[in-house]
Amino acid sequence: MTLSALDWTLIFVYFAFVIGVGVALKRYTRTSTDFFQAGRALPAWVCGLAFLSANLGAQEIIGMGASGAKYGIATSHFYWVGAIPAMVFLGIFMMPFYYGSRARSVPEYLRLRFDEKTRAFNAMSFASMTVFSSGISMYAMAKLLQLLHVLDAPFAALGLDPSWIFHVCIVASAIIVLIYILLGGLSSAIYNEVLQFFLIVAGFVPLVYLGLRNAGGWSGIRQTLPPDLTHLWRGFGSASTNAMGVDAFGLAMGLGFVLSFGYWCTDFLVVQRAMAAHSMTAARRVPLIGAFPKMIFPFLVVMPGLIALSVHPSADAPVAAIIQSLGDKTPVINGGDAGLIPYKVDEASNQIVRDSEGRPVRDYDLVIPVLLLRYFPAGMLGLGLTALMASFMSGMAGNVTAFNTVWTYDIYQAYIRKTATDAHYLMVGRLATFFGIAASVATAYVAAQFNNIMDVLQLVFAFVNAPLLGTFLLGMFWKRTTGHGAFTGLLAGTSAAAIHHGLTLPAGAAAGVKGGWFALLHVYPSEMAQNFYTAIFAFTVCFVLTIVVSLMTRPRPDAELVGLVHSLTEKPEEEPMAWYLRPASLAAVIIVSLTVLNILFY
Amino acid sequence: DIRVPIGLMFALMGALLVGYGVRLGLNINLIWGSVLLVCGAFLIVLGTRP
Repeated sequence: MTLSALDWTLIFVYFAFVIGVGVALKRYTRTSTDFFQAGRALPAWVCGLAFLSANLGAQEIIGMGASGAKYGIATSHFYWVGAIPAMVFLGIFMMPFYYGSRARSVPEYLRLRFDEKTRAFNAMSFASMTVFSSGISMYAMAKLLQLLHVLDAPFAALGLDPSWIFHVCIVASAIIVLIYILLGGLSSAIYNEVLQFFLIVAGFVPLVYLGLRNAGGWSGIRQTLPPDLTHLWRGFGSASTNAMGVDAFGLAMGLGFVLSFGYWCTDFLVVQRAMAAHSMTAARRVPLIGAFPKMIFPFLVVMPGLIALSVHPSADAPVAAIIQSLGDKTPVINGGDAGLIPYKVDEASNQIVRDSEGRPVRDYDLVIPVLLLRYFPAGMLGLGLTALMASFMSGMAGNVTAFNTVWTYDIYQAYIRKTATDAHYLMVGRLATFFGIAASVATAYVAAQFNNIMDVLQLVFAFVNAPLLGTFLLGMFWKRTTGHGAFTGLLAGTSAAAIHHGLTLPAGAAAGVKGGWFALLHVYPSEMAQNFYTAIFAFTVCFVLTIVVSLMTRPRPDAELVGLVHSLTEKPEEEPMAWYLRPASLAAVIIVSLTVLNILFY
Repeated sequence: DIRVPIGLMFALMGALLVGYGVRLGLNINLIWGSVLLVCGAFLIVLGTRP
């Protein structure tokens, strides 16, 4: 992929504005509250778009495009079942406790509600997880730019060794994110996430428009592809009759409840954006405002997968020509019966990868890059590539700001130096930003060297996350829950997730990192089904054991739980505003819209 | 207001695309560049209201 001078200009314009926002905010970042909490002074719409954008990491754009090609429109379940209901629940029911308790982070809420050990468990696991996620984003971006040969021409012109491209991509992305977070803290990250959100939309709307035009619109796609790829719920009566290999219960309970509520309602990365709002009502509106564009996002990120699958290579734009423009070494590839989706090529042997039955394997991760190359001329290609980079960088920055807050408030201030000046904690936050990004860079290099280690790490974090929802639901809605109950439930839920994974396997997988490393009791139709049921088991064990241990231990007096538990907290007062802007009205519109979308694509 | 820098960025990117515009028979640079220019101007107006 050779970029023109116009493409490079657009990329540099984006970088200049991103750093410019950080510079503009530098003189407004004087205290630790400014740096870690954006002074709790931002408008709801800014935090709402940042809430959405912080979640737009590597997986969202590239991964959802790939899933769209593999599973069809049913990939939208990750939004319409796996995100929107949880965002509504967070805005209506949970934000009053997060915001009203004046906790500075989610782990700090756990300390206020339960005890120190529950906070420590959550803070340690969350801090390591954010560094890991940021490193993965960094690695994915560098890998993609290397694969697309974006920097080959400038490196050749400068006489530099092309093997340094990966290192330059890693270091450049780290430095840009470091600069704007060091300068403006959370405010800078949030304002840049808003800028990145608009840029992502600007880069992908014309791509989807051109793709749909080429495919003959949605009706053209429906005529080209099999029905189970163009219907949302068809075939979910049984795991064997849909491409995901998941049944309706696993989807609704595993994805729609445990995993989605566990992420959107308890992950400090996104909750931090809502906690930066200027008032309680604004904080409640943040996830609801974010839910509107989130509902539309499948049309931007899932639809390209369906387009790539249904558009057949034409004489003027054969897949081979598109793919060969990625680099000279790639073998000629024919799209065949899978539209524009190329075959996967082994980097070492430069041969097409084949599965156990000898069939060539498709590289679904190339869906978005292939569409960019197919439809975008010079200039638009730079805009599309900038949108891709913006998604990687917003995910990276979101993780780093969450890390520096949890490290400073929940680890350093809690266990290393309890009393120090505000200026000291501000300095620690800036140092944490630097070391957090350095650790992310190290993670990116580990990912480049040992893919299996990353799979294992991801698995461990999944075990830790799975039971979290049970702890938070009981903590917020049952005043009898105790710290001992919460901590025991979390540990038991994590263990249950690991044991369930060790006793099961997805169909066709070998025992090891995919499961079955303990013994084999059950085979799931797909890895996704195994993940959903692992979460269900972990949540159930955590929920039940938290109740049992809580009933056996002494609860805290009611007076200590005011503002932390639903039954002991006054209903939050609404600010005077138009009825249609109130949280309950927004939630009602979202639920109705969601129902309409599910009926339209049923 | 954050809408001002976003509007400026869109307007600048739109102007660059239109400048070049003046891979389905459409002049996508001219069309989308114009859209970005108009959106950028609109965001600047929104962000600079008293």
